[in-house]
Parts: sequence; C-alpha cells; structure tokens
Amino acid sequence: MAIFLDENSRVVVQGMTGSEGAKHTRRMLAAGTKVVGGVNARKAGTSVGFDDVTLPVYGTVAQAMAETGATVSVLFVPPAFTGDAVIEAIDAGIGLAVVITEGVPVHDTARFWAHAQGRSTRIIGPNCPGIISPGRSNAGIIPADITKPGSIGLVSKSGTLTYQLMHELKDFGFTTCVGIGGDPIVGTTHIDAIEAFEADPETELIVMIGEIGGDAEERAAEFVRDNVSKPVVGYVAGFTAPEGRTMGHAGAIVSGSSGTAEAKKLAMEAAGIKVGRTPSETAALARAILTS
Amino acid sequence: MDLFEHEARDLFERYGVPVPRGFVADTPESAREAAAELGGTVVVKAQVKTGGRGKAGGIKLASTPDEAFVAAAAILGMDIKGHTVHEVLITEASEIAEEYYLSFLLDRANRTFIGMASATGGMEIEEMADSITRMPASAFDASAVFSTEIAAEVNAVASALWKVFVAEDATLVEVNPLARTKDGRIIALDGKVTLDDNAAFRHSRPTDAASGDPLEVRAAEKGLNYVKLDGTVGVIGNGAGLVMSTLDVVALAGAAPANFLDIGGGASAQVMADGLDVVLSDPSVRSVFVNVFGGITACDAVAGGIVQALGMLGDRADKPLVVRLDGNNAEAGHRILDEARHPLITVAHTMDDAAGRAAALAGKES
Repeated sequence: MAIFLDENSRVVVQGMTGSEGAKHTRRMLAAGTKVVGGVNARKAGTSVGFDDVTLPVYGTVAQAMAETGATVSVLFVPPAFTGDAVIEAIDAGIGLAVVITEGVPVHDTARFWAHAQGRSTRIIGPNCPGIISPGRSNAGIIPADITKPGSIGLVSKSGTLTYQLMHELKDFGFTTCVGIGGDPIVGTTHIDAIEAFEADPETELIVMIGEIGGDAEERAAEFVRDNVSKPVVGYVAGFTAPEGRTMGHAGAIVSGSSGTAEAKKLAMEAAGIKVGRTPSETAALARAILTS
Repeated sequence: MDLFEHEARDLFERYGVPVPRGFVADTPESAREAAAELGGTVVVKAQVKTGGRGKAGGIKLASTPDEAFVAAAAILGMDIKGHTVHEVLITEASEIAEEYYLSFLLDRANRTFIGMASATGGMEIEEMADSITRMPASAFDASAVFSTEIAAEVNAVASALWKVFVAEDATLVEVNPLARTKDGRIIALDGKVTLDDNAAFRHSRPTDAASGDPLEVRAAEKGLNYVKLDGTVGVIGNGAGLVMSTLDVVALAGAAPANFLDIGGGASAQVMADGLDVVLSDPSVRSVFVNVFGGITACDAVAGGIVQALGMLGDRADKPLVVRLDGNNAEAGHRILDEARHPLITVAHTMDDAAGRAAALAGKES
C-alpha cells in the first residue's frame, strides 16, 4: 500500500499546456502515472501529444472528472491564478489537489484552505515537489528514478532534502514520499502524513524532515509521542539561520525565539524520534533501525 | 518584507487608522522644518527595521524646532543593532493616558488569521504575552478586553487595521502602543507592518533595496535567492532546504558559512556564474562549497556550468571551490570536473566530506 496516491490514481494536470506543466506531465507519464488529461479553460477541446499518448484538454476540472474519472489534480498554474484554480478543483470534488506552484500569496492559500474545510479534497502544497509512491504513481516533480518501492515513508518540507534522503536510502525503497512544501500555510502537514504512514501496513519506518519556521515539527513530535508505534527518524535544517531572515522558502524564518531548529530537534528527540545532525547521519539512523 | 514605521504610518492613515501628524526627515535641517510645521512638542524617532530603538537612544522628545534639529543630528547616522539610521520620523507628541496593544497576524498553526489585543501596551510583545487576548480575526471584538466605551473605539480602529491587513496582503499589522490620549482620542503611536513578498505582483510597493546589504542588493538584481551571513565559507546549492542543511554541515565542520544562496532547479551556466560572482565578491569568503543534488537538473549540466562560469569570471575567480554533486548523472558530472583539471576545483563525494574540505581551505588561508 501507499498513502494518498497509488496505482489507481487518475491524474489531471491544471496548467498542462504551459511549459512546466507539459515537461512534468511527460515525466509523470514516463514514471507510469495514469495521467488522463489537462485543464485549461482557454484551450478546452484541444489536445496535447506526448511520447506515446495524446491527452485531451478540458475546460474545467469538473468536466475532466466527468469524462475521465480523474481523482487527483496536479497544479502548475501561475501564482496569481492558483487560488482560484485550487478552489475550482475543491468545488469539483477532486480527492487530492497537489499544488506545485511557488510564490502563492498566503492570503490566497488561507482562502483555499478555509474553502476546503468540510469538503472532500486533500491539498498538498503549495510550493512543494508533490508526492510519489514509487512504482505506482508520481504526482508532481519528484524524480521517479531515484528510488524504488519499499518500506520507508517520508514526509518533508524540502524538495531537495527529500531527494537526498531518497537517494541515501534507495536500497530500502519507499512506500510514499510526500513533499508538503515550505510555505507558512500548507494543505497537508507532517502530522497528516505521519498518521497515514502509521496506518499503512507496508510502511515500516517514517522519516520526517523539517526546517526552521512555525511549530509544525513540534506539533508533529507531540503527535508521534502519543499516537505512533513505528520508528520515526528525523532531520531539521536551519541551525545556522539568522533570526528574522527568510531562507529561500517563504515559511523558513525564525521569528524572535520561535521556529528555531534547536527547539524542533529537542521536541522531536523528547518524543523518541532519532534526529540526525546531517542528512547522511539521518540516513544512517534509518538504516540501523531497518537492518536491526 | 518589513516596512519602516513611517511607511506603516502612511498605510494606516490611508485606511483610516488614526495616527499622529508627522513628517520624515533625513537631515537635521529638515527635522527642524518638520517640527516648526507641526508646532509644539514633537517626537523624533529613528527609522530602523528593528526593535529596541528607545533603549538605544533612537527616540527623543523635542519641545522646540531647534531641539528637534539637535535630536535629529544625534539620531541620524546612529547604529542600532547593526542598522544605520538614515531617516527620522517627526510626529506631534501626544499626552498619553493609557497604552494598549492591537494586531492582526498570520496564525500558521491554525492556517488562518488572528487578532490580538491587550489593555496594556508599549512594551516588547514577549513582556506582555500573558496579558494578550487572541481571537479569530473574523470574530474580533475588543469588548473581550476593554470596557464598553473604549471597546467601541478600539473596534473602529481594528476594523480599519483589518482593511490594511487584507488589502495590502500583510502577514502582520501591529499597533504598539495604541494610545488613549488625555483628551480622549485613540491613536496609533507606533506601527509595524510585514507584507507578504509573494503578493508583491498585485501591489506597487516601496523597494527594500536601499536598506539591504550591498551584496544582497546585487544578488536580488540578478534574481538570486541570497542571504549574507558572517562566516568565511561561501555556499551555493539547489533548493532552500538543501542549502540550509549545507550551512549547518559547514558549521558542524568547524567553519562558519558566509552566505545562503539557492540557485534553484535550473542551475544553468549563467545562473552559476552569477552566483559565483556574488559569492566571490564577498571579501570575507575564503573558500566556496558548491552543493548540488541533481533531481531533475542533471549533474553533468551543473558541472559544465561550473567550468563555464569559472571561464566567464576569469581572474575574478580566485578562491578554492569544493564541489559535491550527487544524484542524476553525477558520474558524468565528476568526469567533466576531472577533465577540466581546474586548479581551483576540488571534487568531494559526500556533503560531510565536502564541508570538511571547504572548512579546512577557509582555515588555511587565514
């Protein structure tokens, strides 16, 4: 099994006709993802050719779902239009919306997050690399050839650190890797993914990667302490980040004494999570548990 | 982006938050003119984007225009926690009866916006944490904190402040103190506003450049995501998380990182050259650690970019580079670097090893 995304997931791409959307649709198809179409109101009725398949473009997410049975939407929509595009996907009742777009105003994210409450859509992102269940499906921009299906579940705020850990632990393989994104408000949290990994019988170990800003890691640590029986290994980036500076990700900022890497590491260790000082040490901790 | 107090004051005024009359001055002469124009006692306040101005001597009362001249002369050019004062705000002084606190901000944990109010104000927020009442922004009601007659007035201010927050795409609007004057007016005596940089495309905003570090200004002009730090090992990497991690690994190796620089997914030769140019222009840099994990980016393209970038920089490239490439096409990348036999390049195969080498190289030249 995997979490949130599997071999039965049918994917539409909002923004498939743009250059990034087209490039990654091709990569998702090559990874075996069942991509069934694109959405672009201005290009409805046209189609886009990829290597061995031609995909139809629909005017709305609702139409695409009706025609193709799509269950997942991946969004490569420019920041100014992302808010409305996510709300359209929520209103259409899609099960999962993966928002890759970087640079979405946080007021827009707050608006679509509020709109999703009480409705049926799980949102991943924004500003994230997406989600991959190796060998089953890939929704987003995570390279599919780093690793194989296996027993580790990974959840991370950072894209490249996700790739780094997937690479260092590639011989074990992964059930699912979820890049939740580095914005101050994200649709899926560490806790959401950890809860799903705990319930997933194939996942034997959970890796959680955090970074400075907010208190998502502290809250996830508390959740792990109270609810998780599987081993959890963690890593936090940003010990050397100065106070008050945004470090690349919109949400990666230490404000006063809150959001520090040290506080996150201590909270995770207090909850029984083994925390590495470097990505390699983190991989070694996971390796030791899986081979013991 | 944080605004200066005078920029916050102007925004407040535009949306109907009551503020004292005031002018910005960048010379003692213009401070004197502003004080004469305002009449009576004025407050001369250093404009810096950091707290603790009062304690640092950056806020002075002046009862005559000549006193305002003297106060401005003392404050302009002052260094407050590493921020040089280039401007002062001159406002009319208010006779304060009581000081309160009022703000709206992003609540990351609950993925929404909240309002905060306190009947005590004028202190650092940490000092009054216990007295602050938090409520959902949509249900903000000052009567939870204040007596009926004051609550009505604070609610009017809050409603204008909320307009600022929404219309300007802010993540923080704070009035501290919100004062009740002896003649019964409610007025925002000091304000702090943080705007969401992601929303800049739908606003016309002042630029942050003038107050920034010169290297940061140059990097921003080239579209690079760069933060200047205090160490000697320059860092270039792809992806915010990996670059933060690289800084930490450099610190663990016993050196201090000189900067954060995320060149993102593409990592073309031009971007690498721009990045190296900025990092090598930092006089405190003694070695550079280039740390790339090739996900979608192929490492051979990155390696080619590094070699080409060094060619483009010529003599300006004069510090040793430790390069660690892993992931997509890493072996081909290593081959390109080996074949280039560039005297400045050392190839390392793990992050930890690379950090150790970069730290040793930075130490050796000191």
